[in-house]
Amino acid sequence: MDADTPTRRSRLLWLLMPLSLLAAAIAWFVIADPLQGFGSDAPAVENLTFERTVLDDEGLHLLVRAGGSEPMTIAQVQVDAAYWRFTQTPEGEIARGSAVWLDLPFPWMLGEAHVVTVVSNFGTTFEHEIEVAVPTPKVTASQLRAQALIGFFVGVLPIVFGLMFYPVLRDVGRDGMNFLLALTVGLLVFLLIDTVGEAFELAADAAAIFQGPVMVVLAGITSFFILMAVGQRGGAPSGMSLATFIALGIGLHNFGEGLAIGAAFAAGSAGLGTYLILGFTLHNITEGIGIAAPILKKRPPLLAFAGLALLAGGPAVIGMWMGSLAFSAHWAAFALAIGAGAIFQVVIQVGAYLMRRNDTGIEVFYTRAVMAGLAVGVIFMYATAALVKI
Amino acid sequence: MSASKTRKEPVSRRNVLMAGLAAAGTGSAYASGAIGQSNQAAETSMDAMPDHMSAHGGIITVGEVDNAVNGFDPVAMLTDWDTGQVKMLADGRRLRSFELIAEDKEIEIAPGVFYPAWTYNGRVPGPALRAMEGDLIRVKFKNNGSHPHSVHFHGIHAARMDGVAGSSGLIGPGEEFTYEFTAKPFGCHLYHCHALPLRRHMAKGMYGAFVIDPDPAKHPEHADVARSRLLGSPENAGWQEMVMVMNAFDTNLDGENEFYAANTVAFAYVKKPIKVLKSKPVRIYLINTVEFDPINSFHLHANFFDYYNQGTTLTPTLKTVDIITQCQAERGILEFSFADHEPGLYMFHAHQAEFTELGWMANFDVVEG
Repeated sequence: MDADTPTRRSRLLWLLMPLSLLAAAIAWFVIADPLQGFGSDAPAVENLTFERTVLDDEGLHLLVRAGGSEPMTIAQVQVDAAYWRFTQTPEGEIARGSAVWLDLPFPWMLGEAHVVTVVSNFGTTFEHEIEVAVPTPKVTASQLRAQALIGFFVGVLPIVFGLMFYPVLRDVGRDGMNFLLALTVGLLVFLLIDTVGEAFELAADAAAIFQGPVMVVLAGITSFFILMAVGQRGGAPSGMSLATFIALGIGLHNFGEGLAIGAAFAAGSAGLGTYLILGFTLHNITEGIGIAAPILKKRPPLLAFAGLALLAGGPAVIGMWMGSLAFSAHWAAFALAIGAGAIFQVVIQVGAYLMRRNDTGIEVFYTRAVMAGLAVGVIFMYATAALVKI
Repeated sequence: MSASKTRKEPVSRRNVLMAGLAAAGTGSAYASGAIGQSNQAAETSMDAMPDHMSAHGGIITVGEVDNAVNGFDPVAMLTDWDTGQVKMLADGRRLRSFELIAEDKEIEIAPGVFYPAWTYNGRVPGPALRAMEGDLIRVKFKNNGSHPHSVHFHGIHAARMDGVAGSSGLIGPGEEFTYEFTAKPFGCHLYHCHALPLRRHMAKGMYGAFVIDPDPAKHPEHADVARSRLLGSPENAGWQEMVMVMNAFDTNLDGENEFYAANTVAFAYVKKPIKVLKSKPVRIYLINTVEFDPINSFHLHANFFDYYNQGTTLTPTLKTVDIITQCQAERGILEFSFADHEPGLYMFHAHQAEFTELGWMANFDVVEG
């Protein structure tokens, strides 16, 4: 056996051999072109994804990404079944996976719908509907301020309100505590389902090259394990650290919510009514209670509360900004997947905490207080979500 | 994205746009005030744009079709009649021999858009055949294509010469057939492949004009009109004649056309307006070969015309109209004059706005002379 132990050099050789064989195989395939034998003149499979649409006083601007089997060429562009002058930047063939901007001097009509159809050199068409034409928000101080205000109402304010129950909740007994923690788990489970659903929805709109659904699953699992590992350092999280993790998970969810609102805002598809904003505020109020639950028996400084509120609610503002100003489906799906992983991590951690502090196993979940908490958490979230779903 | 940087252009795009908007008001329905963009600034650089650009607003294809590669030029096609090989027979009749070859060919139907067409003689529409009433017509047809094809003439002939399955039949790839019949009745007709499925064979490009000029000797009551219609006569030389085959292409095979045109290339006569002299009247042989849409139309701006439905009469079937409609395979002759007009660009197009904006839009450039 010892005589066979490879030296460094022979090990290197063993490493290089498969790699060089792979290179040779690729070279042969490219040079010999065995696919020619299929004798098919069929045109290449073409695919085009519309990633961003910007409407301004110069017309329409679309960011499109090619994803076919070969580089593709955009020959002409229609708007509402009429060919329009356009410029492509950068010009020429679009390599697989690359994106270009199409600029059309089209006099779009406020509040109306338009359909953009891209015609490739093979005559294949790719359609994109602008459901409601409104000017795309620009990066201006007043725009950012207005959005930050909405984000504050949707994200930060409800957390603050929820945390303000802290003094009242401090005096609850063992069952009351179990109820609150279960309520937290319930609301987190709702957020998890909601986030996963949205992530897959966005993934479906992303260019095929990003393999949206696979990306969502992998990013979610990865974020879950990383956060679990981080959380378990120095023992299972409880108290302040558990509250922080809950806040982080909720923050990532609120980031996704902000993205969605911002995107709807930019697309003009959601009139952001007062009703809708207040609906979100109400919907998110339990999140504050959830964050407060693990620290009820501690006495954290006031600053810690501020920090938790910002961590959980602040991302809504950032999400709003990104959603309305620089929105691409694959990034949004990616962000939501990370959020889903984070939320799942806190579901596990809060559940574990619940079992630990009752010195029971899984049986704690069958107690009246916990089951009631779970049910109230899920039902409250579901019912208030009805306010914000259109 | 750095794109916001790269998208900056030296020319103000708004100016171009607004110029387009202002100009569109002359011809089409775009200049209504209800646009979402800030509508200030009609103080635009119209002068900076070539006339033909301002006429269509922003509606146009981008780029140029390579006529040389296509092997045909829409402008040349207006007047390049194929009168065949002429030979006088012993009985005094005139024999006209034509040759049609079916051929698969990829053609550029709009800048950068390539369509796998089936053609007669490598062009779409096929050659515009022209004969005189009473000529003996002999058409040698060779099928070099990949599918069975035929030539079905609209005219009066024997069943054996009809070019449909069951009579003269379909001509398989590599096979030949010679069609023979007397040219009648005079008029503006067409020929097309009648292989099944007919819709696909038509849509792929297998059609062409078939014009039979009246024999003046046979129509003493309107001999002068007949002479003016007879190609090669001095009277005919006083006319500006052109042939337009209205056609369309379904490039994504969804049963709807993506491109419309007269003589194949979308917007060809917008980019290169057709020169027309004020001094000579205009005669258009107009044929509709569009598939998927039941009717097509022709509307002339700022002028009216007389219309001879199917061209089989020497007096107009419609007088003083500025629009006519044609069903699939319907055709006719339009006659009008710009003698009393001031020079300039005069638009014509299908008045189905959708067809217009998908390519069937054109201009006459009326000049002194």
